[in-house]
Amino acid sequence: MKNGNEIKITPELVKEHGLNEEEYARIKSAMGREPNYTELGIYSVMWSEHCSYKSSRFHLKKLPTKAPWVIQGPGENAGVIDIGDGQAAIFKMESHNHPSYIEPYQGAATGVGGILRDVFTMGARPVANMNALRFGEPSHPKTRHLVAGVVEGIGGYGNCVGVPTVGGETNFDPSYNGNILVNAMTVGLADADKIFYCAAAGVGNPVVYVGSKTGRDGIHGATMASAEFTDDSEEKRPTVQVGDPFTEKLLIEACLELMATDAIIAIQDMGAAGLTSSSVEMASKGGVGFELDLDTVPQRETNMLPYEMMLSESQERMLMVLKPGREDMAKAIFEKWELDFAVIGHITDTGNLTLKFGGEVVGDMPINSLVEDAPEYERPFEYTPKRQAISVKAPADLNKAAMDLIGGPNLCSRRWIWEQYDHMVMGDTIQRPGGDAAVVRVHGTEKALAISTDVTPRYCFADPVEGGRQAVAETWRNITAVGALPLAITNCLNFGNPERKDIMGQFVGCLEGMGEACRALDYPIVSGNVSLYNETNGKGILPTPAIGGVGVMKDSARMATVAFGGAGQTVVLIGETKDELGASLYQREIMGEDAGAPPHVDLTLERRNGDFVRALIENGQVATCHDLSDGGLIAALADMAMAGGVGVNVTVGDDLPVHTHLFSESQARYLVATDADTAEEIRKEAKDAGIPVTVLGETGGERITVNHGALDLDLHALKAAHEGWLPTYMANAS
Amino acid sequence: MKSAVIVFPGSNCDRDMAVALEKITGQKPLMVWHQDYDFDKVDFIALPGGFSYGDYLRCGAMSARSHVMKEVVKRAEDGVPTFGVCNGFQILTETGLLPGALMRNANLHFVCKDVKMTVENADSMFTNAYKAGEEITIPVAHHDGNYFADDETLDRLEGEGQVAFKYAQDINGAQRRIAGVMNARGNVLGMMPHPERMIESPLGGSDGRKMFESVMNTLG
Repeated sequence: MKNGNEIKITPELVKEHGLNEEEYARIKSAMGREPNYTELGIYSVMWSEHCSYKSSRFHLKKLPTKAPWVIQGPGENAGVIDIGDGQAAIFKMESHNHPSYIEPYQGAATGVGGILRDVFTMGARPVANMNALRFGEPSHPKTRHLVAGVVEGIGGYGNCVGVPTVGGETNFDPSYNGNILVNAMTVGLADADKIFYCAAAGVGNPVVYVGSKTGRDGIHGATMASAEFTDDSEEKRPTVQVGDPFTEKLLIEACLELMATDAIIAIQDMGAAGLTSSSVEMASKGGVGFELDLDTVPQRETNMLPYEMMLSESQERMLMVLKPGREDMAKAIFEKWELDFAVIGHITDTGNLTLKFGGEVVGDMPINSLVEDAPEYERPFEYTPKRQAISVKAPADLNKAAMDLIGGPNLCSRRWIWEQYDHMVMGDTIQRPGGDAAVVRVHGTEKALAISTDVTPRYCFADPVEGGRQAVAETWRNITAVGALPLAITNCLNFGNPERKDIMGQFVGCLEGMGEACRALDYPIVSGNVSLYNETNGKGILPTPAIGGVGVMKDSARMATVAFGGAGQTVVLIGETKDELGASLYQREIMGEDAGAPPHVDLTLERRNGDFVRALIENGQVATCHDLSDGGLIAALADMAMAGGVGVNVTVGDDLPVHTHLFSESQARYLVATDADTAEEIRKEAKDAGIPVTVLGETGGERITVNHGALDLDLHALKAAHEGWLPTYMANAS
Repeated sequence: MKSAVIVFPGSNCDRDMAVALEKITGQKPLMVWHQDYDFDKVDFIALPGGFSYGDYLRCGAMSARSHVMKEVVKRAEDGVPTFGVCNGFQILTETGLLPGALMRNANLHFVCKDVKMTVENADSMFTNAYKAGEEITIPVAHHDGNYFADDETLDRLEGEGQVAFKYAQDINGAQRRIAGVMNARGNVLGMMPHPERMIESPLGGSDGRKMFESVMNTLG
């Protein structure tokens, strides 16, 4: 019977599998012989960058991952934190960059599907989806098509499974012209004592396959995600998987129903490298062997070879180890949900992954060598040279500069995007997209989770260490600004080719900064994903370590939003504005330059100012709060005025030029608005605590004015520009 | 008021509907899995939103042909108040309990947002707690909410007071901005907006409550 192993292994074939000579020699020595075709395929995906983290592992080990509230850190399907009352939040973010560029709808859709499975595999009901999207410059001929496809794909999947997509971020930059970033995050809830893990146990126990049937889609997806793009990358379309959110919805319900019993010993979703990585992972974590009979794998296509079955990335599939004797009960649940259920093998004590097909052994590999022997590279790197702090000139026309920025591609409203996502299903979304952080109630309690995804790639490029700090600090600040206590993060580290010293230097620098910020803010990393080789024709993306933060609010009735609460509120700035226009959005968009050091992140001030602001919200002194980030003070004032439907009149000091006050992106700053008496209280409290505080002015009218007309914008015109940019752009057929 | 929520594979607003019914009526509804079609007698049947059968073939088409819907149709014809939201509305039109059809939104995009709509008939068992002409805000979340029927049918629906709600602005291309319609007898209502998502201020408002309260008023 033809099983694929008659194909001869040649140096060309090895190379096509993304393995270099040294790596192939390692495989031969680990196996004590030449691998056959099936085995070569399995080694190639297990040792791919995507699955083995061979370039990043050495540095990832240095990140802080522990805190008293961390139940599970990196290494499982997702991270788990204790949120009190016996409940846990489970979350992770993952990239689906390469497939989304080639086929935006399915690439983005299956990105959502994959991250949902990582979370419900652990026993959680997914309660919120988030995303972080980066596209090329708006004028690039592909950008519009990619935005439309990705948004449609995220909505098409998330809306159907019935998990609200509650927020995210979207940016445009030429560095993503040939390599967009689609990072999806899911947050789920479970009982803290009912978390499911992937370590297999019990020799002889059945290995069970559930979900969709296996087809030929997505073969070598993991290998594709581990190489640079070239002009002919679109020929790789067949490696993009196709998602079926309806099946995913059934799979969620069936798995959660089975998880309510005690039948499951271990469970793992079939993500990148499908059946291969799931079985290897489960066996490796449990220190056991797996024997799989591939003839029993549910198949969608005929004449599939072992190689194809093992490497397929068909979606909506899971692998489980059940307690013996529970197969019939489990099968009944999956049949109720009209899903495939098949016992495809059992646990052995050989420590090998043994594959049978047509009665023959077609593959037999030591699990240890697939995981432990994977190469680990300490790639050479060069730190990004430090930039000097600089001042940036005033614009020719302050009003126009503000208007162009707030009504431009990077600060305009993302309503066109999030209105295509069901952000309210499940009935617990109490802060919708458009604010600092999304807030969803913990169903049936007073508590809520606050979630934010952030990174400023401009800063990471200018100074990776500072940029790494800032990405972590910004999620922390956004979660704080709604009144929640930030607890932990997940990350999605998107970089270029790690074989280049400067790119590796960006990676190392960003990780250093992230680690520092996590330590200073007691905000550990509990899960994550690395996506390297985000390059096309040798040109890398801006370093983009996207951070997804999760926090908890004890009393969701005390939640702040960015909207001014009507006329007559006093507006107070917490934190200090400095001359920090280097690498700012103003500098790039208005002055057309990218130079100078980015704003400095002082983590002590960050924590002090943030803790102060959170207390104001928790005490009920403040219900309007916004952090300052891209676009600085004027962008924040505009957001608050537009959301509240009321103007504001402020005065800034003469210590800095007006444009510096308005556009500086100094960190650790928040705007709050409240009644005059409370504002005075806050001013005193801040002063006593040694926190810089400035009463800026008052809300009212229908204009935003600064220093008696130095800047003067009509709120309605501003809102029209802010709301109008994206729909107008998307409506213009290219 | 004892209610039932019918659950199909792919329903995803079933829990939201159950939460709203329990909060407002004080009684937990019966959750009816589509295969358990021989369910207890209830005062009110709700068909929730979602993507039953993945919207394959046509939204609501597969569910409309299920055993449980045969039972629902029978009970609706016997006069049991029957209410479909979003996918539930699509199922009701597919069964023929309600006239017309729901086509893809005119701009071809899924739309999720709060919309203003007016109460066109405040005398029905589903709307008597509202005032006639009252403007209310309820969210929509759909890809196929573009209501279509021929002019003759539309004239009849409007003439007979079978149009329960209209959008204040066009949001999906629906004929005459129709958001919700009733059958001739007035005991079946289908609507695209989700009243169960607007039942308390943390969710953005409570304009949806009166829909449920109207039924409670009627049933006493």
